Formats: sequence, C-alpha cells, structure tokens
Amino acid sequence: MITKRIIPCLDVKNGRVVKGVNFKDLNDVSSPVELAKYYSDNGADELVFYDITASFEERKLFTDILTEVASQIFIPLTVGGGINTLEDFDRVLKCGADKVSVNSGAIKNPDLIGQAAKKYGDQCVVLSVDVKRVDGEFHVFAKGGREDTGMEAISWIKRCVEAGAGEVVVNSIDTDGVKKGFDLEMLKAVCEVVSVPVIASGGAGSIGDFTTLFNEVPEVSAGLAASIFHFGEVAITDLKEDLDKNGITVRL
Amino acid sequence: MIAIIDYGVGNLFSLSSSIRAVGGEAVVTGDPEVIRNADKLILPGVGAFGDAAAKLFQSGLDKVIYEETGKGKPLMGICLGMQLLFEESHEYGVHKGLGLIPGKIVGMEGRIPEGLNIPHIGWNGLNFTEKKSPIFKYLKEGDCVYFVHSFYGIDCEESTTATAEYGIPVTASVQKGNIYGCQFHPEKSGKVGLSILKAFCELGE
Repeated sequence: MITKRIIPCLDVKNGRVVKGVNFKDLNDVSSPVELAKYYSDNGADELVFYDITASFEERKLFTDILTEVASQIFIPLTVGGGINTLEDFDRVLKCGADKVSVNSGAIKNPDLIGQAAKKYGDQCVVLSVDVKRVDGEFHVFAKGGREDTGMEAISWIKRCVEAGAGEVVVNSIDTDGVKKGFDLEMLKAVCEVVSVPVIASGGAGSIGDFTTLFNEVPEVSAGLAASIFHFGEVAITDLKEDLDKNGITVRL
Repeated sequence: MIAIIDYGVGNLFSLSSSIRAVGGEAVVTGDPEVIRNADKLILPGVGAFGDAAAKLFQSGLDKVIYEETGKGKPLMGICLGMQLLFEESHEYGVHKGLGLIPGKIVGMEGRIPEGLNIPHIGWNGLNFTEKKSPIFKYLKEGDCVYFVHSFYGIDCEESTTATAEYGIPVTASVQKGNIYGCQFHPEKSGKVGLSILKAFCELGE
C-alpha cells in the first residue's frame, strides 16, 4: 500500500539552513548537507529545499549546495523558491533535484506549468500555493503570502493541475505558524477537485495534528512541516510510529 | 564498470552518485565503445515513452544494447527505462519498445480503482513473486521503494519479480535472464534502494 509521506522543508539562505535548528547529535545544524543527511537517516520520506536568496551570486551558492546534497542523499528532493522560467527548472534539475515547486512564478506566468510539464513531465512539476480566507472565500496569495491576488484558490489549483502540475502543496496562511493543526476544511476542498497527490502544509504543532490530518482527510498524500521538525519538537521517527499505531500506513 | 546509457533523456546525476555510494564504478555515456567495455548496463529514463523510444532508436544504441545483452551482460532498466524493455507502450499512441521483456505498457487510468491518485507517487511496499530476483537479496517483503509513474507493465506475469499494491497489484519489477527492470527509482529509495543497486553491482561476482 502506498504510504503517507512526511516531508521536512528546509529554507536555505547564503548556503545555510535558516531557522535555528536544535539537534543534540548534530554538530552543524545549519549545514544543508548535514541536516538533509540527518533527516534522510531518520525517517523523512522526501526533502524540500526552499531557496530564499535573492541575488544571482547567492543563487549559485544554492545550486552548489544542492549538488552536494543530491550526491549524498538518496531520497526525493524537491526544490522551490525563485522558479520563474524554464531555465530555472533546468538549473535546479541539473543539480539533482527530482521535482520543482512553483508558486509566484506560475501566478506571473500561467503558461509556466504547462511548458514545464511538457518538457520535464507532470511528475516533475509541483504547484505550491499559499491560500488565505478572504470574505469567506479561499484566495491565492503571492509574494510569500503578503499579497492578495484576488484569485479564487480552488479554481486556480484545478487549472494548474489541468495544465500539468503533478502534485499540489497547499499552504494555509490561516493556520501557518499557529501550531493548532492543519487546515482540514481547506484541504478537503482541494482534494475534492484534484486527482493528483495533495501535500498539506501549515499548522502542524504536534504528532496528533498529523494523525488528525490523515484520519480526517484520507485523500491527503503527505504532510509537510518545518519548524516543529527543526526545533526537535517532533522527531519524524516518533511521528511515524504513532501514525502506524493509529492504523495509518507509513514507511518505517 | 557500469555504463549508465545516456541517450539524451533525463537527469543521470543521482543515479551515478548512488552507484558510487555503494562502491560501484559508474560512467554516464552514449559512446558504444564504452558501453561494450562495461560489465553491466543501466538504462535510465524519465518523461514520455514515445519521445524516449525515438531518441533511443535514433541514437543507434538499441543495437548496442541487443548485442551486449545477447552476450549475457546484465542490464537494468529503471522507471521509463524499464518500460522501454517491453514490447510496446500505449502511452499517447502505440510505440514500439526494445522487446526484451514480453508484455506491454498501459495507463493506470481506468485500471485502478477510482479515488486513487494518478500519478502513483510515493513510497510503496514490494511484494515479491515466487521468482525472487537476485537484486532483492538484501530486501525483505514489504520494504518500501519510491515510485513516480502513471503507466505500468501488463501481460508480463512470467517475468514479474515484485508488485506493489495500488488498488491492484502494479508491476514493480521484472526479470528475464540477464534483463532486469525496476518501475520504481532505486536511486531515490534510501537504504533499501541502495541495497538493490549494490546487489546489481555484485551480480556475477
């Protein structure tokens, strides 16, 4: 049976992982390679690297790091951040990324997903979308969640999947950082309209939040989180054992 | 030395890194001479079948593959590379494959129960058939490997060495003599995947 995936997300700036991490048995907690190796050895099913640098020079540093990670870690790697063109896809895929996550780039150029899917295959293109409720409607937000695009989120997601997105990461701005659980209502609404895997993001605060997620919205394929893993609040191995005990199929 | 056959499809970086990680020697090459001198071959591939098959046949490397595997050299096809080993694929039209494994490639759509996502993406457990392949010598039943695909092999029961449960048993690996194929990505399947590549490197030792 297909297993539910647990995915830590690492933000990388100037070649280092930002958001101070805190593992006893890890010497250099901000080394992307060390941290990736740690997660890979401790139950992560996949890793997401998010490039939050802005300049060209820093971008080069990011791809060097990615190459090093990909030569040592043998689980799927998704890369996001600053993906606006097919050249950006090419740049990170050549460094060993398996999937590329597009967010603002798809809003700026709605043809990007279709073009990338045609060139690299649907499986390679991940739509990442930041969603927030505005007047009782789900809206797509751009620029890291700062700008309301006014677009209705569910139809946007549907359109991107039809264009060729092979997976969708739904990040709820409403629950993000609150640590009171995933946005089940939003995730249900998305799962109803798409048949590709949906990855839940935003709101995980405890092991129980993942159990609730997979029990309440069984269509969701994976749970993604950053700080609760980085700060050691939740160990992925403990999380997966707990999911397993609750009858949720995971890779142990 | 393992030759990872480069016919212009996909990213071969992880594959060569993973062979090195298990102590093997790998070279990514489209040079027939290098392929002839290698002990073993890997046929990789991502993307659409028709496009990849056209590139492979245009490169003329199909002939080298027939020659070398005909002498008994082990060949492993991975993901689309496994599908290319089959006789034909029905992915957007009918396309001819290498025909090294009897059977054909068809879409999951309409063949798996409704409600399951397509593509089949993620980690799924291997269920071995009676014909356990030597490349799985380090594995146990149910070990998980990473899949990403929307099409799969059928009518290949005689060569199927493992399946994965996705509403139906999906062909996960095949073997016919010295020809091996994995639908999943061993180079992306963590320790389990590396042990499959290690076993492949050790064939004939």
